[in-house]
Amino acid sequence: MADRDLLVGEHFIHGDAACAEGAIASGCLFFAGYPITPATEVAERMARRLPEVGGVYIQMEDEIASMAAILGASWGGAKSMTATSGPGFSLMMENIGLGMMTETPCVVVNIQRGGPSTGLPTLVGQADVMQARWGSHGDYGCIALAPASPQECFDLTIKAFNLSETYRQPVFVLADEVVGHMTEKVIIPKREKLHILARSLAKAPKQDYLPFDSSGLLPPPMAIAGQGYHVHVTGLTHDERGYPVITAEVQERNVRHIVDKVRKNAQRIIEVDTVGLEDAEVVVVAYGCTSRVARQAVENLRQKGFKVGLVKLITIWPFPSNLIRDLSKRVKAFIVPEINYGQIAYEVERTAQGDAEVLLMALMGGSIHTPSEIEEAVGEYL
Amino acid sequence: MKGKYEVRLAGFGGQGIILAGHILGKAASLFEKKNAVFTQSYGPEARGGSCSADVVISDETIHYPKVIEPDVLVLMSQGALGTYGNSIKDGGILILDEDLVSLMEEPSGLTVYRAPATRIAEEMGKRIVANIVMLGAVTALGGVVGYESMKKAVTDSIPAGTEDFNISAFDKGYEYGKSLLS
Repeated sequence: MADRDLLVGEHFIHGDAACAEGAIASGCLFFAGYPITPATEVAERMARRLPEVGGVYIQMEDEIASMAAILGASWGGAKSMTATSGPGFSLMMENIGLGMMTETPCVVVNIQRGGPSTGLPTLVGQADVMQARWGSHGDYGCIALAPASPQECFDLTIKAFNLSETYRQPVFVLADEVVGHMTEKVIIPKREKLHILARSLAKAPKQDYLPFDSSGLLPPPMAIAGQGYHVHVTGLTHDERGYPVITAEVQERNVRHIVDKVRKNAQRIIEVDTVGLEDAEVVVVAYGCTSRVARQAVENLRQKGFKVGLVKLITIWPFPSNLIRDLSKRVKAFIVPEINYGQIAYEVERTAQGDAEVLLMALMGGSIHTPSEIEEAVGEYL
Repeated sequence: MKGKYEVRLAGFGGQGIILAGHILGKAASLFEKKNAVFTQSYGPEARGGSCSADVVISDETIHYPKVIEPDVLVLMSQGALGTYGNSIKDGGILILDEDLVSLMEEPSGLTVYRAPATRIAEEMGKRIVANIVMLGAVTALGGVVGYESMKKAVTDSIPAGTEDFNISAFDKGYEYGKSLLS
């Protein structure tokens, strides 16, 4: 094979495998993880593929160590990734915070299953949405992408790597069991059709380089281990050189920077798919596998002449607040089907500020909505 | 085949049900250039628990990924009959491994075929190809995906070195299916 990094062509693979291929296509050369249903197949594929492309796969003792390992690999110069599900995601939270504070690019794939705790190992859930946003202590900006098909698993894992390099932080691929285990055609294009962002490395003279410079809205290039720069990397509040400075003033600069780089660039990061918003009176907001059910329901209703629209969240975080806020001024209601007991529904409600009704269609996990359930819920408002 | 077609294969873990669904989906998706979604359901057990493989095939984009009412239902265990027996569409095709599934009464409004897939596989000396024998029968009886596409998908999905044996299993199932139609 000419290019082992890129299996150009059409494949019939599941979402987990497509996440792995997206990582390989992005140039990921390090994976550390601990197997967990329904994310095991990501690790399995990486274990097979990384040795083929000169990368390193390590099965760690647990998810805490897995997260630590990919942060270390990233500072060693490798694009790195881990994959897990709810219980493992909980264990990773401490070191996800370390990654946010140390501005370390990496990708964390979470194939969500039903929780809390060990919950429903083999069955679907979408209940880690708020955990992805707020799960580690302290303030930080969050980027989370929600694929709805194996093709999107491939495409959005690449996008996650690119965003992690641009914003220098862990980025989440927040899939769910249905998407992770669903098998469909995935087209892997030729290299020239892909947009892959390479690691931006420090070039400044050693005495001038500031690894945590926060004067701009984007973080500076990284100096990786072995490049010759003296870099101190710490989870403590640090100045622009990376040295711990435990003062309110430095904390103010440090935290504002790691929040604002996402918050103030949100419009650049946000991606949604929409259907029928031009005339919609009721809008369904959905993501992941649920967005496919919603799409079917919306198309069925529009065929019958009902004015209903769809906002499919591709980036769950940052949340498309401006879009929802604008829509709330002219639609009657938002319908939010999700496989949890209310997470994004509350974000929609908060953003709509009472200008439109918000109906949560909650499923606790283990099954997905049907199109007719969503059609009925929409019908209540038309 | 026109429009949307739903196929469900069900049995117990270890029978190769999931692989069979994967092969069917791959044949439709890669070799017949239709849209196909393959999903699976299974419990925490590695073997013995009930499992199903669902394949939706369509000329249109498939949004809703799951099977609602299968046009073709393939059952390879008595337990699967209990769990999935009632899900089939009126007028659908029910295909049974006749040594493993028995019906209390003949269902009305369905076309029922019986194929001894596991027995044929055992006669070949390897019970593990029962799923491939059944796929051959489904190809002949279900009218979902063409013979050549299925054969390519089988060859593409099994361990190297086992192609001849698997294709011979597939052909035995296909011939048996054809014999039921004549």
